[in-house]
Amino acid sequence: MRTVRSAIVLSLAVWLGAVALAQQAAPQQPPRPAPSPSGLGRAPTANETKAWDISIGPDGAELPPGSGNATQGALVFTQRGCSDCHGPTGKEGPALVLVGGTPTLSTNYFPIAYWPYAPSIWDFIRRAMPYNRPGRLTADEVYALTAFLLYRNAIIQEDDVMDAKSLPKVQMPHRTEYTPPEPWTPATPRPFKIVQ
Amino acid sequence: MDPQKSGRRRFLTNGATLAGLVLAPSAVSLSSTSVSAAGAGAAADVDDVNSLDAVLYGRRSRFVTTVRSIEGMSHPDVMPPRPNPYRPSARTPVGDLMGIITPTSLHFTTQHFYGVPDINPAEHKLMVHGLVERPLVFTVDELKRLPFVSRIHFLECIGNRPSPNGRSAADTHGRMGCSEWTGVPLSVLLKEAGLKNEAKWIIAEGSEDGKHVKSVPLPKALDDVMVAYGQNGEPVRPDHGFPLRLIVPGFEGIYNVKWLRRIKVVDQPYVTFQEHSRFIGRDPKTQPNSFEFGPKSIITYPSGTHQLPNRGSYVITGVAWSGGGPIRKVDVSIDGGKTYKEAEISGPILSKAFTRFYLPWKWDGEEAVLQSRALDEKGQMQPTEAEYAKYWGLTRQQLYAATPSQLGHCNWILPWKVDRMGKVTNGLPPVGAVVDAHSA
Repeated sequence: MRTVRSAIVLSLAVWLGAVALAQQAAPQQPPRPAPSPSGLGRAPTANETKAWDISIGPDGAELPPGSGNATQGALVFTQRGCSDCHGPTGKEGPALVLVGGTPTLSTNYFPIAYWPYAPSIWDFIRRAMPYNRPGRLTADEVYALTAFLLYRNAIIQEDDVMDAKSLPKVQMPHRTEYTPPEPWTPATPRPFKIVQ
Repeated sequence: MDPQKSGRRRFLTNGATLAGLVLAPSAVSLSSTSVSAAGAGAAADVDDVNSLDAVLYGRRSRFVTTVRSIEGMSHPDVMPPRPNPYRPSARTPVGDLMGIITPTSLHFTTQHFYGVPDINPAEHKLMVHGLVERPLVFTVDELKRLPFVSRIHFLECIGNRPSPNGRSAADTHGRMGCSEWTGVPLSVLLKEAGLKNEAKWIIAEGSEDGKHVKSVPLPKALDDVMVAYGQNGEPVRPDHGFPLRLIVPGFEGIYNVKWLRRIKVVDQPYVTFQEHSRFIGRDPKTQPNSFEFGPKSIITYPSGTHQLPNRGSYVITGVAWSGGGPIRKVDVSIDGGKTYKEAEISGPILSKAFTRFYLPWKWDGEEAVLQSRALDEKGQMQPTEAEYAKYWGLTRQQLYAATPSQLGHCNWILPWKVDRMGKVTNGLPPVGAVVDAHSA
């Protein structure tokens, strides 16, 4: 009898504990969204969104934790094979020149210093480099490489640490020459037209 | 069917009768043999059009040999090591096209540095998230359960610049095509997710290596953008974005993100790698409108490398299109633009789609310079090369030394010259260097 009673007490305690844990955990769960009008599709899990959402906007709001400086970046630049295509110092090619240079009408992709926002450099390195195995750099490596390129282009100091806070604050030298694309609507005229 | 009889017929027959046997299992292996033997000689070719494969998935005549042409390299500035897979871009054989639809197999393809991914549609998902009430993940099958549209639209690369150095229409205009696209309007998907008030742009991202990404203004996304799973009546092909791609009608090709995996609703353009260089250091007057294409047309017959056999009756024909809406009128000139005649339209006139035109012509055996110009519904006229260069303040040399992506849509007129022997060549005077980086 005593055994039975203690078993009941124990299971009650476990149940209460579980309820308490559930209540504690509850505020961490996002509120379940109302289903879509069609009932099709499902909410992404937090992990799915984290893994898929690699977009970094101009203001760097989505930059992940991590950090790196130019010295570390120089090492990554060699270790990860960046130098195989861009040259030992990022100048020699054969792939795009990453140090110095000025844009011309015949360049598709502007030199680093002409990118208007530093977080965009981070975004591109993470999603697309290294060329032969893209998307496999760690956040620290990407911060270090970004710092290396900014340093080599005389935009930051060698020991400046780039992270989610400092990178968006980097003042790109040609930022003021950038005009954001006009917000297009179906009525927006083309700038160049011959009207008859 | 009696297997024995089938076997006897197999012994007696040649390939021409194989079509009658395809229902018999024994004929399947026979037919496969026939397919593997195809190409060995003329007899095998006859087998080929009657092979089981040809019955199951049609085949063109062996006398029709038109194919896409392979680009030297779409990005000559990017060197090895190449990613695996790697695949060159390919041009549409524009001079061989008929009507307004480009056969999928002949439709130009390009990738942004990386190869075509091999995607299992059962595992592929599309995420719609960002500034929405309900972030959602859809399977491809779920998307097919939503309301859809089928629309015919051209797709053109910004690098599709009329080149004075091109020999054929494929050389000068091969980076374009026109297909019927079937898919879910993006407005439907954004309604499913529920837009928040701060929503101003969307960014669309592919799932290939490199994850090509592009910002699209929200008013366009809600206007006529679609998430396409069908092209010309069958699933979008792998090199066109299987299983899902974005179609942004009338906009530069690069907006039409292939292997689409994610739509993020945001409050500003994201100035991605493919975008930042377009909006810096330019005079606002000449800043390329990096969105919709202007009116454009090209004569496809007779065009470069064609040979007129003798003087007499011909139809000059070509296609016209505009990112600004339907084509209102196409004019054709046989004297290099001194005089024009209004062309006949041979089929439907659809918004942001190829419109096929023709003009009957009696060739008198004298030199002729054939060219067309398109007028779209917005009243915009296709410019000449001189008019285009004047707008930019560039010489001819400078015009062709610039990358097309820095100029915006290169929609000037390209004439074809017919000499007294009936030989057709490029009518633009050649220039020394043409910068030919493919895409922007």
